[in-house]
Amino acid sequence: MAVCVAVITKENYPLYISNIPAANELKFHYTVHTSLDVVEEKLSAVGKTASDLRELYLGLLYPTEDYKVYGYVANTKVKFVIVIDSSNTSFRDNEIRSMFRKLHTAYTDVMCNPFYTPGDPIRSKTFDNVISSMMMQVC
Amino acid sequence: MEREGVRMADEALFEFLHMEVISYIFKSLEKDDSDNGKCTAKLEGMGFRVGQGLVERFTRDIPRFKDELDIMKFVCKDFWAGIFKKQVDNLRTNHQGVYVLQDNRFRLLTQISAGKQYMEHAPKFLAFTCGLVRGALSNLGVNSIVTAEVSLLPACKFQVMMQRA
Repeated sequence: MAVCVAVITKENYPLYISNIPAANELKFHYTVHTSLDVVEEKLSAVGKTASDLRELYLGLLYPTEDYKVYGYVANTKVKFVIVIDSSNTSFRDNEIRSMFRKLHTAYTDVMCNPFYTPGDPIRSKTFDNVISSMMMQVC
Repeated sequence: MEREGVRMADEALFEFLHMEVISYIFKSLEKDDSDNGKCTAKLEGMGFRVGQGLVERFTRDIPRFKDELDIMKFVCKDFWAGIFKKQVDNLRTNHQGVYVLQDNRFRLLTQISAGKQYMEHAPKFLAFTCGLVRGALSNLGVNSIVTAEVSLLPACKFQVMMQRA
């Protein structure tokens, strides 16, 4: 199950971060923050080796003892990070991919909302619902 | 807007809305008799926000861009087609950050009768699109200045100047 979902702007500050055991919030902030370096590394590698995959989904960023961190970067350089409990081994790459697509679609909807100012933290019930469904559905 | 090649009514709505927005903004400012620059800036700002949102949606299923030219090609093809139902007719660049997009039949100008008569009104109808392009590019990580010029209705040119940090 997803234990933490984060949306980060192109300037690398968080727009949205949500985690399931609410107690450990700082730890997840830290995990997500660390992952940004890996994202950066993967993005810069794409430019050099020309013909390799230019997919938005970046795959597994790094595993820690308890968690696996996955990344996705939209064309607008908005980063999505999903942290998954590594005790849950039944997860397939495809499922993660579809989770990211859902997240991206939800973000797009937020972005297209005229009442939302780009760059502000996301405070949207619809978006919250999508996130909580991603955290629940799989556990 | 357009789904599976079917012309939808909202296409016309966009045109009408765009015209009404222009007339509303220009009328509301006529009273205090201020300059036209304010109106154009307002329209441009509206376009900017719309461009930011739209580009998020349009790039959802597109692989990552290689470079600036790749981004400009996207703007000329997919972005333009998504809004104006046609691609830009000609894209030129000096490879130093200046791009000229030429549209020989720009959709927002097609409702104005061709010829010289209404030439002075044409810039009003381009401000929104200038903002649209600037917003799209800014969200894709490129800061730019976009200006438009009309030589003969309904053809027009957009000049995009990249601002390097």
